[in-house]
Amino acid sequence: MNAPIIQAPSGTRRSSQVSGRHIATSVLHYGLLIVVALVFLVPLYWLFTSAFKDNTEIYQWPPVWLPSSLDPGNFVRAWQAAPFGQFLLNSALMTTVGTVAKTVLACTTAYAFVYLRFPAKNVLFVVLLSAIMIPGNVSIIVNYLTVSGLGWVNTYLGLIVPGIGSVFGTFLLRQHMLTLPRELLEAAQVDGASHLRRLVQIVLPISRPIVVTVAILAVIDEWNSFIWPLIVTNTDSMRTLPIGLYFLKAEEGGVADWGLIMAGTVFVLLPMLVIFLLAQRFIVSGLVSGAVKG
Amino acid sequence: MTVRQVGEPDAAKAATDAGPSAASQPIDLRERNAGKRRARRREYWLFAAFAVPNVLVIAVFGIWPLLVNAVLSFTRWDFISPWPIFVGLENYRWILTSPAFLSVIKTTIIFTGAVVAASVTIGLAVALLLNQRLVGRNIVRTVTFAPHVLSGAAVAMIWLFIFDPNFGLARILFDLLGMTSPNWVAQSSTALIAITIVHIWKGIGFNAIVYLSALQGLPTELYEAAEIDGAGAWRRHRALTIPLLSPTTFFLVTVETIGATKAFDIIAVMTGGGPGDATTVLSWFIYEAAFESFQVGRAAAGAMVLFITLLGIFAIQRRFVERKVHYQ
Repeated sequence: MNAPIIQAPSGTRRSSQVSGRHIATSVLHYGLLIVVALVFLVPLYWLFTSAFKDNTEIYQWPPVWLPSSLDPGNFVRAWQAAPFGQFLLNSALMTTVGTVAKTVLACTTAYAFVYLRFPAKNVLFVVLLSAIMIPGNVSIIVNYLTVSGLGWVNTYLGLIVPGIGSVFGTFLLRQHMLTLPRELLEAAQVDGASHLRRLVQIVLPISRPIVVTVAILAVIDEWNSFIWPLIVTNTDSMRTLPIGLYFLKAEEGGVADWGLIMAGTVFVLLPMLVIFLLAQRFIVSGLVSGAVKG
Repeated sequence: MTVRQVGEPDAAKAATDAGPSAASQPIDLRERNAGKRRARRREYWLFAAFAVPNVLVIAVFGIWPLLVNAVLSFTRWDFISPWPIFVGLENYRWILTSPAFLSVIKTTIIFTGAVVAASVTIGLAVALLLNQRLVGRNIVRTVTFAPHVLSGAAVAMIWLFIFDPNFGLARILFDLLGMTSPNWVAQSSTALIAITIVHIWKGIGFNAIVYLSALQGLPTELYEAAEIDGAGAWRRHRALTIPLLSPTTFFLVTVETIGATKAFDIIAVMTGGGPGDATTVLSWFIYEAAFESFQVGRAAAGAMVLFITLLGIFAIQRRFVERKVHYQ
């Protein structure tokens, strides 16, 4: 499975010949591994510890690596400086509703394109796929016009609906459904199961890893989305966490209150970090599947 | 005889009772066709119910905007006056001649080029490292990949603090060199470097993971043969790994290019396109022109430039992958 370049330096094959050169490679490898780990860990460590530091520790040089206490003062101040409770609620609502809608639509659409007849179905699918080539930044102006024409500016509908269409999710699920054994579905058909039942009771259970992947990718997209919520919301009561954080910093002006802002950043970042650590397998396979098939 | 006499009326009765379906063949076929048509119509309706919401959202918010945007790019408009005014190629003429827009293009190319080159090469280096049998490599893989799924706004906030010239961690490096830390995001000479670093930091993990999965699919025999022929580790990398990975490299170059042209949240939080226009890349230009300066026509024309560029990249990538890239 693994190429020899993987095995060679580890020295299991020629353990009798463990040479100085070998040790040197090992030291080099571990040294690099530690450097890479630090480059990615230190900024996150810095965020979490700074969020607990009081102002004297934050504005101190050389830097204080360990905060003197785990005082949640900054979190309390951030919560009071901006309606983070409201931002959290908006983000949670947008993420939950958006993810469920996106995933359900991707599942039903993929099922329809694989198992149901429709005139010019394949042409329709190609048109759908072509939307992948149109980046969101090109669409924002017209989408803003559409949403304002619908009277949806600064509403949950405006925040959520434009994002629930899913080309990539539909594509991923369709590719997967095409590989499922037809006999399974035919047997269910003979037993008189409706299409909805076939979808819910047969196709979805055996496609669970892909469905979970599509859902998790949707969670990441919704929770982190920035440019669209920035454009379509204009009051604190509708803002999501990343937008709330952005305006909090803007209102702080030139002299940033870093303790406060780091605490706000933790509010935005922590939920996704937890989801990532729990669902890593699906996230990585989902993001890489595009690479393997692409 | 009797059987026949009894049977005949019976058969006739059965035929009328059971209706056309049990009668002669032509009627039977027609009925079956009607049934099929009904079933097919039901299937069409079901297809519509299953697919239309998604297709509609994608059409209205994904495809339609491109068409309207193309029209808007030939107009002048400020969102407020009742109708856009048709100005022909005026916006495109401005785009081709204005130093302001040329600067946007230049910044976009420098930024995109730096992000793509660095995140792909460093990603490969990290993947090669993580491909060794090292204790703790799974933890490092996780740690490296994490920023890729985190909010760009939050990541930008962390780095803004790190780049603080007085209290930020980046100052450590400058103290070591006996230099004063630059005022990263406040100076036009360093602001673009700062956002580039953050983008690279966020993207390395993805590139590393994709390369890693490609590395694990490489054919072992080739490496064994090369080793028998006396090729050293470096030679094997150059002659085997890099060419064998070229489809992955091209995929990543495309993905990273598209990603870099989308760059928005990190720029919004860290620099807001400034100082001056030092970090105004195309996507920030589109936003700023439309939603801050209310020059909708110019923004739309900028969006068309972005779209056409990306289309060109797709086309080049397809041709290049088909012709030059070594598949296993």
